[in-house]
Amino acid sequence: MSKNVLERLQARFADQVEETHSNQGDDTAYVKRDKLVELLTFLRDDAELAFNLPVDLTVVDWYQKREPRFEVVYHLYSTTKKHRVRLKVRVDEDDARVPSSFPVWPGFDWFEREAWDLYGVRFEGHPNHTRIMMWEGFEGHPLRKDYPINKRQPLTTLLGEQK
Amino acid sequence: MGLEGQLTGTFVGTRLSDALNWARKYSLFQYPFVTACCGMEFMATACSHYDISRFGAEIPRFSPRQADLLFVVGTVSHKLAPVLRKVYDQMCDPKWVVAFGACASSGGFYDNYCTVQGIDTIIPVDVYIPGCPPRPEQVLDALMMLQEKIQAEPLEKQA
Repeated sequence: MSKNVLERLQARFADQVEETHSNQGDDTAYVKRDKLVELLTFLRDDAELAFNLPVDLTVVDWYQKREPRFEVVYHLYSTTKKHRVRLKVRVDEDDARVPSSFPVWPGFDWFEREAWDLYGVRFEGHPNHTRIMMWEGFEGHPLRKDYPINKRQPLTTLLGEQK
Repeated sequence: MGLEGQLTGTFVGTRLSDALNWARKYSLFQYPFVTACCGMEFMATACSHYDISRFGAEIPRFSPRQADLLFVVGTVSHKLAPVLRKVYDQMCDPKWVVAFGACASSGGFYDNYCTVQGIDTIIPVDVYIPGCPPRPEQVLDALMMLQEKIQAEPLEKQA
């Protein structure tokens, strides 16, 4: 069953899947972002795949370790077929954006806002593309590896700074 | 003996502050500003096993306007800091603050982008309780230290 997922994906989107691997029953596919929404819709709607549960969406920062710098990671599960898949999309620092998966799974709404807030990857087409954890006016994206570890952005006036 | 001459304003004033501070230190109305796991220890302290009411501080008030002791129990993030500041500002004088646990005192191990590194960067603190979390005995000890401090205060406590 598990190989079936990657095979079906590759058969349908041969030009979009960059590489795949399976380890201990976990399937991973690196895909391009060009037709990402179409690819995700296929994963959801195909009768054999039926990925109806968006489990997780996050970003990995490979600062100074890999190029391109960021990987957007999607974890999907099918409650009817009982199988999982992990998708990774590589994006460059200068062009850190992917199409929003909100139209496919509205459950990824807050995940994408969190990924934007903390890693600074844009999700184009998201209906409410704002920060979710940090406040408005916060500068930078704190989970990026080059965010200064001692940088503080207090919202209130500190005691020593008064008058 | 000219006793009237010795009954100066200073003498009467000192005794009045003693009486007033005695009343204040045994009728602390607390505002528990509970944000994290230290809250469990606060509850343990407040409940019958450790029974904070033995020290005259048994009544939690969830309106800052009715409280004179602010317990900041747990981690305070920068996002929450303006709320804490507003709660403190709404309390009437005289008022006291206890930083409960490592996070409230110094930020604890949350040395990161979102955590206030000790509430004393925002509001004045009277007593710090170390520990992650502190045991109820430590909390009662801190309360007694605060009572000692209140007893020694001048009549007009400066905010």
